[in-house]
Amino acid sequence: MSMTVHVDIVSAEKEIFSGVAEMVYAPAEMGEVGIAPRHAPMLTRMKPGEVRVQQPSGEELDFFISGGLLEVQPHVVTVLADSAVRAADLDEAAVMQAKERAEAAMQDKQATMDYAKAQVELIQAAAQLQTIQRLRKRSGV
Amino acid sequence: MAVGKEIREKIKSVKSTQKITRAMEMVAASKMRKAQERMEASRPYSDKIAAVVGHLANAHPEYQHSYLNEREEKRVGYIVISSDRGLCGGLNVNLFREAIKAVKAHSDAEVDIDYTAIGSKALGFLGRMGGNVVSEASQLGDNPEMAALIGTVKAMLDAYDEGRIDRLYVVYNKFVNTMTQEPTVRQVLPLEQEKSEDFGHHWDYIYEPDAKPVMDTLLQRYVESIVYQGVVENVACEMSARMVAMKSATDNAGDLINDLELVYNKARQTAITSELADIVGGAAAV
Repeated sequence: MSMTVHVDIVSAEKEIFSGVAEMVYAPAEMGEVGIAPRHAPMLTRMKPGEVRVQQPSGEELDFFISGGLLEVQPHVVTVLADSAVRAADLDEAAVMQAKERAEAAMQDKQATMDYAKAQVELIQAAAQLQTIQRLRKRSGV
Repeated sequence: MAVGKEIREKIKSVKSTQKITRAMEMVAASKMRKAQERMEASRPYSDKIAAVVGHLANAHPEYQHSYLNEREEKRVGYIVISSDRGLCGGLNVNLFREAIKAVKAHSDAEVDIDYTAIGSKALGFLGRMGGNVVSEASQLGDNPEMAALIGTVKAMLDAYDEGRIDRLYVVYNKFVNTMTQEPTVRQVLPLEQEKSEDFGHHWDYIYEPDAKPVMDTLLQRYVESIVYQGVVENVACEMSARMVAMKSATDNAGDLINDLELVYNKARQTAITSELADIVGGAAAV
C-alpha cells in the first residue's frame, strides 16, 4: 500500500473535504507547493487558487479557495480556507461580473471602494475563471 | 342581552395574541433547526484552527507573538454578542447580567473597559450603561457571515496590537441544548496555551515566507473564528430561547382564555338565573 496523508479542508462556514490523499497541491504564497506524506511541519499562507487532492484511487479533486492558511504535519494536512466553494459549483457569469465590477472600481478613483479591496477581488475572479476553464477543458464541453 | 361584552372582547384579543405567539413559536422552531445545523457546520473550522494553534504552542518559534504574551492589565476589551431582536425570554438579560458581573471585577480594580457590540440589543445595553463602544456589528440576520465580522473584530485586535487594551474577552450565550443556554465569558487574548506531552522533541514549523506574517494571519483568523463561533452559537440560542418563550406565552394565553371563558359563562348563567327569578316572581305577583 502506498503512503497516504490525512487531509482536512475547512472554511469558517463549513467542512469542505476530509479524507486521505497521496499528494496535496496548494497555492502557497511563495508559489504552488506539493505536499507528500511525511512532509516536514510547515505553516504558510495561501493565495486564491485551487487545492488539488490526489486520492489513492488515482482520482484528483479540485477545490477553489480564496486564500487562507495551510498547516502541514507529517501525517495531517490542514487547509484553513477563508471561503471555499467547490470548483464545479462556480458560477462563471457571477465571476465575470465580479471581475468587471472590480475593474470598473479600479478605474473609477472616485468610487468608495478602496484600491486594495478591488485588487483582491480581481485576483480572486481571475483565479476562479482559470479553474472553471480548466474544468471545462477537461470535461470537453 | 349584553352580558359580559367586555369579557368577550378580552377573550377575542387574547385569542389573536395567542395566534401570533403560536406562529412565532413555529417560525423560531424551524429557524432553530437551521441555526443548529450552521453551528455544527462551523465547528470543523474552529476545531481545526484551535488544533493548529495548539500545535504552534508546542513548537518553538523564534518569533514570540504578542497575542501569546501576558501583559499587565491597564485596560481591557469586551466583545458582547447579543441578539438583534427581543421576545426571546431572559436570554439577553441573563447575558448582560453575566457581563456586568465580569466587568465589575475590572472596574473595582480601576481598569478601564472598551466594548465591541455585536447585535442591536448589546449596542442598546452598552449605550444605556454608558460604556465606551469602539466598534459594532448588528443586523447580521439569521445567517451571519464571517465577512461581516472581520472589520468589527479587527478594531479590537488593532487596539490590542497598539497596546490600548491588554486583554480581550468575548461574552456570548453558549448553546447547551434547546432548553439551556449558558451565558459565557471567555478570555480571547492573550491566548491561553496548553503544552502537550505528545511533542517531546524540539521542533518548529517551516514558515513561508516568514514566521511573523504567517503567525499574524493565523492568530487573527483564530480570534475571528472564536468570535464567529460565538455569534453562530448565539443565534442558535436566540432561536431556541424564542421558541421556548413563545411556547410558554401560547400556553399562558390558553390558560387565560379558559379562565375568562369560565368567568363569562358564570356571568351569563347568573344573568339567566336572575332573569328567570324575575319572571317567576312577576308571574307569582299576578
